[in-house]
This record gives sequence, C-alpha cells and structure tokens, in this order.
Amino acid sequence: MSILQHNGAAIVCMAGKNCVAIASDTRFGLSQQTVSCDFQKVFKQSDRLFVGLAGLATDVQTLRNTLKFKREPALALYELREERVMKPEAFAALLSHMLYEKRFGPYFVEPVVAGLKDDGSPFLCGMDLIGAPVYTDDYVVSGTCTPNLNGMCESMWRPDMGPDELFETISQCLLASVDRDALSGWGATVHVLTPQGVTSKQLKGRMD
Amino acid sequence: MAALDLDVATLKPVETGGFDFGMTARNEQIAAAAGGRPMPQPMSTGTTICGMVYDGGIVLGADTRATAGSEVADKNCEKIHYLAPNIYCCGAGTAADTEKTTELIASQLELLRLSTGTQSRVVAAVTLLKRMLFKYQGHIGAALVLGGVDCTGPGLYQIYPHGSTSKLPYVTMGSGSLAAMSVFETEYKDGMDEAGAVALVKNAIRAGIFNDLGSGSNVDVTIIRAGGASEVIRGYETPNDTAPLRAAYARPKALIPPAAATAVLSTVVSVSDADAMEL
Repeated sequence: MSILQHNGAAIVCMAGKNCVAIASDTRFGLSQQTVSCDFQKVFKQSDRLFVGLAGLATDVQTLRNTLKFKREPALALYELREERVMKPEAFAALLSHMLYEKRFGPYFVEPVVAGLKDDGSPFLCGMDLIGAPVYTDDYVVSGTCTPNLNGMCESMWRPDMGPDELFETISQCLLASVDRDALSGWGATVHVLTPQGVTSKQLKGRMD
Repeated sequence: MAALDLDVATLKPVETGGFDFGMTARNEQIAAAAGGRPMPQPMSTGTTICGMVYDGGIVLGADTRATAGSEVADKNCEKIHYLAPNIYCCGAGTAADTEKTTELIASQLELLRLSTGTQSRVVAAVTLLKRMLFKYQGHIGAALVLGGVDCTGPGLYQIYPHGSTSKLPYVTMGSGSLAAMSVFETEYKDGMDEAGAVALVKNAIRAGIFNDLGSGSNVDVTIIRAGGASEVIRGYETPNDTAPLRAAYARPKALIPPAAATAVLSTVVSVSDADAMEL
C-alpha cells in the first residue's frame, strides 16, 4: 500500500448553481487499524474558500499549519496591499506553487480547493502531490477511493443544482463511495458554500 | 565552509527561490520503510502531442486526457501552453513539470521582451528550456513540442526531458507519438496550406486518442500564423463528448436523491461576514 493510502481519506467537491460543496470522511487510521473518527481533513480558508487535504496525516497537518501560520500573515498583507481578499484562483495557484517548490521531496498530500468566485459562481480545483492543477466545472475528488467517488459523481452530478439538492447529492455520493472502501468512512462532514454563508453538517454513516 | 547568506534583520537565510530539498531525506526513509511497495507517483499526461510547419506558419495539436496510473484524472486538460504571443508549447510527461517549466520560461521571455523591446525568438525559448532541462538531468519529466514564428520564419522543435532538441518539419511526442507519427508519415507534404495542415494535425491527434490508452477526449489546436495573430482553439473537435447522450435520456429517479434523504447528526450555519455587515 502506498504511503498516500496509509491513513485513508475520501474527499469530494461539487459545483451547483451559485453554490459549491466540499465533503470528507472523518476516519484517521494506520493501515487497517482505525484510530480516530473525528479527524479533520477539510479546512476553512475564508467564508468563500475551503481546502481539503487527503493523504499522509502528518503532511495534512503540516500543510494546514503552513497555510495557517506562514501564509496567513502573508494573506493579511496581501489583503491590505491589494485592498481585496484573495480569489480562489489565486489561492489555488499559491498552493500549487507551494507543492511544486518541494518537487523533489514532496508532501504526500493531494489537495482539493472549493470556493466561490467574485460573481458567486463555483470554483473547483484538484491537485496531485507536486501541484499539477486540475480545473473542473462539475466535481473533483481525492483520497483512497477516487474510483468509487468518480463513478458516483459521474452518475449523480447534474448541472445547476441548488444548495439543498447539492447537499443531498454530494452526501449520497460520499456515503456510497466510502461503504466500498475499507480505508475511509467512519463519519462524514459536508460544507455547502453560498454567497450568504456556509452550512456545515455532520452526517450519520456506517461505522464499520 | 561557504558563508551563509543571512538577512541581517531576521538572521534567517535569505530565500532565493528554486526547489526545496528539505524533505527528501525524510521521504527516502519512508520509501525504505515501505520496502518494495510503490511510492506515490505524480500525475502524468500520457499524451499525444504534435506539431507541423505549413505554408504560413505552425500548427500545434494535443489531446486533453491526464492520467494518474490507469485512472483518468482530468478529461479535458490543457496541454498547449503559452510561452509568448508568437510561441506556444505542447507538453507531455509529468503534468506538474510541463506546467511549471513552461510557466517559468514564459515569464523569463516576458522579462526579456520588456528589457530588449523586441519580439521573442523561437531559438531563445528553445535554448532557455533545454538549458533548464539539461541542468536537471532528466529529473524534470517534461517532453515538449515547441512551435513559433519570428523574424527568421517558422520554427518547430521537439525537446526531450534530458535537454536534447531537434528542429523538424513535423514532430510528435508522448505515449501516442507512434500513432500520430504514422499519420504524418503517410500524409505530410512540404508547403501545405492552413486548412490542410489543421486537418492533418487533427487526424494525427485522433490517431492517438483512439489507439493509445494514455490519450483521449478532445483535440486542441493552436495556429501560429506568420505575420498574423495566433489562434488557440480549445476543443477543436470533441469526438468523445457525452453531453448529447446524457441530454437525450431521462435521468432515472433513483439518481436524484429526495430532500432529507441524508441522515444529519448536527448542523452549523455561519453567515458570511460581508453579508452580516449589510444587515
């Protein structure tokens, strides 16, 4: 099993009409042994921007802390200098360059970025562990059951979903996918972003 | 020992850019602990890219599939990268390497144009790329097809990850290069017109899409005209578009989850700061 599969994760982002959702499982495991079921893998960057980090848990937390403690002052300066908040497009480029800087000794993390653009339309971006970006306008997945998630999203996603429809769709995609992956599951979290605010929900799922 | 370059104010090493090798030792330990098990591999563009010289310039072509192992990671990725208004570059190999290397060279060319006040030359772009790739001894996995038009006329080059280059009238690269080259070897003639060149490039990419497993989805085309504007055509042909099929049948009810289908344990709502101020 690859080191990216050591701790287990399933993360998915989906676009709706003027809304976007990001969902993850909550398992933290060491190969086949489950250690915890409240592990955070999705992190809020702003009211309109979330990042999901799947992969080796130590690198998930290191990268999250780097974003928080090294980049937050930089982001604050950026906002003061530019007199605007950082756009999701710019944040994705920043993260991509942070990963590519470590091209020859990478973090074992595959991030996804979900946000709302200035006009309220969704922004989705996935990356590999050295920062090759994948921009999509429907959905993006990451973690140990990407074949399952891709299959579910390919059949369940439809254009122009509202926030409630989007929540049900992304939740059912995630729950069905992790039921067929031994390394992820054990609870799930879903965030739905709209220009009005963020709704975060803990889901009831199978605990086996 | 060489003197360490320190920022006097913070007494920290001055950041000079470039790659950070800080975690390579740790990652080697992880690889050793993993025994023979495979280490994570970056996303690659198992690709078909090609280019040809025609009467009035250059035509470049590419498929749009990106793969991670045998999984399709991106069905519609962009593989024809901008280097300068008169120079474009198709990338095959490690996705991040082709993306970042062409971005870096594009920025160097822009600075060069600003300082010299002249149009970028194709050989300059090729030289910057081959020097960088040779310096990294093939570890930057970028296989490129570079085409452009300058005051010396059209120029088409292929660049290998180790930094070797060749200037040719028609080139193909990537896992689908053999399929695409078979089309060029059959159909190519010197001095073709633009319509003929675009059709030939399209057929070469189609050969890759349909015969090479690493290539797929759509045909992207970029035309660089001598003494004219460059034209980037995303989705020049979309022979594998599923949208018409999906629009043609009614979605089964089972695929649309009803409201409140998902069992929720807890809900937290946070109102956006911007909106809160307006209230």
